[in-house]
Amino acid sequence: MKTFTVSKAVTALMLAGLVLLPLYSQASGNIFILTLFTRIVILALAAASLNLIMGFGGMMSFGHAAYLGIGGYAVGMLAQEGVGSGFIQFPVALAASATYALVIGALSLRTRGVYFIMITLAFAQMAYYVASGLARYGGDDGLTIYKRSDFSGLINLSNRTQFYYLCLACLFGVVFLIWRIANSRFGLVLQGLRSNEQRMQAIGFPSKRYQLVCFVISGTMCGLAGALLANNTDFVSPAVMYWTRSGDLMVMVILGGMGTLFGPVIGAVVYLLLEEFLSQLTEYWALIMGPLLLLVVLFGRGGIMGLLGRLNRG
Amino acid sequence: MAEPLLRVDKLVRRFGGIIATDNVSLDVAAGELHAIIGPNGAGKTTLISQLTGHLEPHSGSVSLAGRDITYLPAYRRCALGLARSFQITSLLLDFTAADNVALAAQAHAGTSFRFFADARKEKGLRDAAHAALDRVGLAHRADVLVSRLSHGERRQIELAVALASKPKLLLLDEPMAGLGVTESQRMVQLLQELRKEVSIVLVEHDMPAVFALADRISVLVYGRVIASGDPAAIRANEDVKRAYLGEAHVVTHHV
Repeated sequence: MKTFTVSKAVTALMLAGLVLLPLYSQASGNIFILTLFTRIVILALAAASLNLIMGFGGMMSFGHAAYLGIGGYAVGMLAQEGVGSGFIQFPVALAASATYALVIGALSLRTRGVYFIMITLAFAQMAYYVASGLARYGGDDGLTIYKRSDFSGLINLSNRTQFYYLCLACLFGVVFLIWRIANSRFGLVLQGLRSNEQRMQAIGFPSKRYQLVCFVISGTMCGLAGALLANNTDFVSPAVMYWTRSGDLMVMVILGGMGTLFGPVIGAVVYLLLEEFLSQLTEYWALIMGPLLLLVVLFGRGGIMGLLGRLNRG
Repeated sequence: MAEPLLRVDKLVRRFGGIIATDNVSLDVAAGELHAIIGPNGAGKTTLISQLTGHLEPHSGSVSLAGRDITYLPAYRRCALGLARSFQITSLLLDFTAADNVALAAQAHAGTSFRFFADARKEKGLRDAAHAALDRVGLAHRADVLVSRLSHGERRQIELAVALASKPKLLLLDEPMAGLGVTESQRMVQLLQELRKEVSIVLVEHDMPAVFALADRISVLVYGRVIASGDPAAIRANEDVKRAYLGEAHVVTHHV
């Protein structure tokens, strides 16, 4: 089991790169790269949380960006109302995401397949329009956050390096949790349900309960990403909940490798770097990105992780 | 007479105008191997599905050890000691043989809402899985992905999965389906062993196997039980010969 593989090496290199990035940024004076990677790490966290339901749970949720918005708005609205403490903002962001996931999950899990995709999408769009209607909190234009979450001197989110490491620690923490969950009793039931629901019911597992709990865990994790993202941009708007953002997250997961531990992280890094790089080259960057993604999906079943796995055997 | 382990009472299930299960009543005593036979389309699988909870009857009742389970969902029946194998192999293909069986053991060993500890390192579950695999003669294939096992091996895993839940009653839906001659013989041998430990309802097309194994046989034709009795009585029954066995050679060659 503990043999060297290409995918492990690439993963280790990437993780080392992420950890050392602030050092490079400081040494080279390149602040932009740290800002870019803070965003990448936060969205990697969101993608990892989506991978828990999509990859391990086999539930194609097309409304995952809703949690980014809910986590973000929890921070933004509390800040607007004068509650600046992160010790209140973050728990509220997580609780709000969990509650939303519980309600939406309970309703959505009555459906299967395409209907599940459509209903999760519909709920996320509802959240988008609700946020657009919040006149007190900026409505369509969004809400500027004048002061980042305050953790009473424990950590200063306005310090770029500290904030980056906070996001990275959250990402590692979430990936670690997902790793434990995937191999736990709960995780095996979840993956069993993905593989064959009828069989799992016949051996005595009530499927919906497990799927709903997974839905809530995943949503809560993504709510954390939302709270971080709002702090990163000092701004939250309905746009973070728009369905294209949910699509972006799905692409990251599929590109990196569904149902693998680090796939979504690699997917997020590659996708967002490509987006950044290509959009500097040309205004029509999507024209290049689209075919690239198609190639990976067509020839790289299992995404980048799958490709790396085959390299190893070949 | 003691309370039967399984009692099916006047069960009716219709699909549109077709009555797939027509007033079926049957008892299975504890320790008995009860075979259900019948020509294609007789409603055997429909009947089994109502016993396992995958299909609801329109009227009548099913009780297990005196408890009414007619409308219980499948997973609750399983907790009460009812296990099944599927006519068409239904396993977790991307799991290993051991994982398939261990999950069945896990379903009956405390809560599965445990999120942190590695379930593959739970000795109790692994031991139970290996015991069940050993029981069906597949211990040496424990760590192979089910998608890489042969059809015959998968049929045996089906059985191991059912056994791992330590059932009171085993519902076997055509366990010999698609097996070769030697594989079938091995399965019959295995069932001979198992019947000493657990009560079995066996739905099967393989007549020699049925007559070799069954304590009692119920014959289902057009959703109705036309005869029920020990193998000798069924063999002699004129209705059965006419309605189902037809050319009697299927039965007689085994005498």
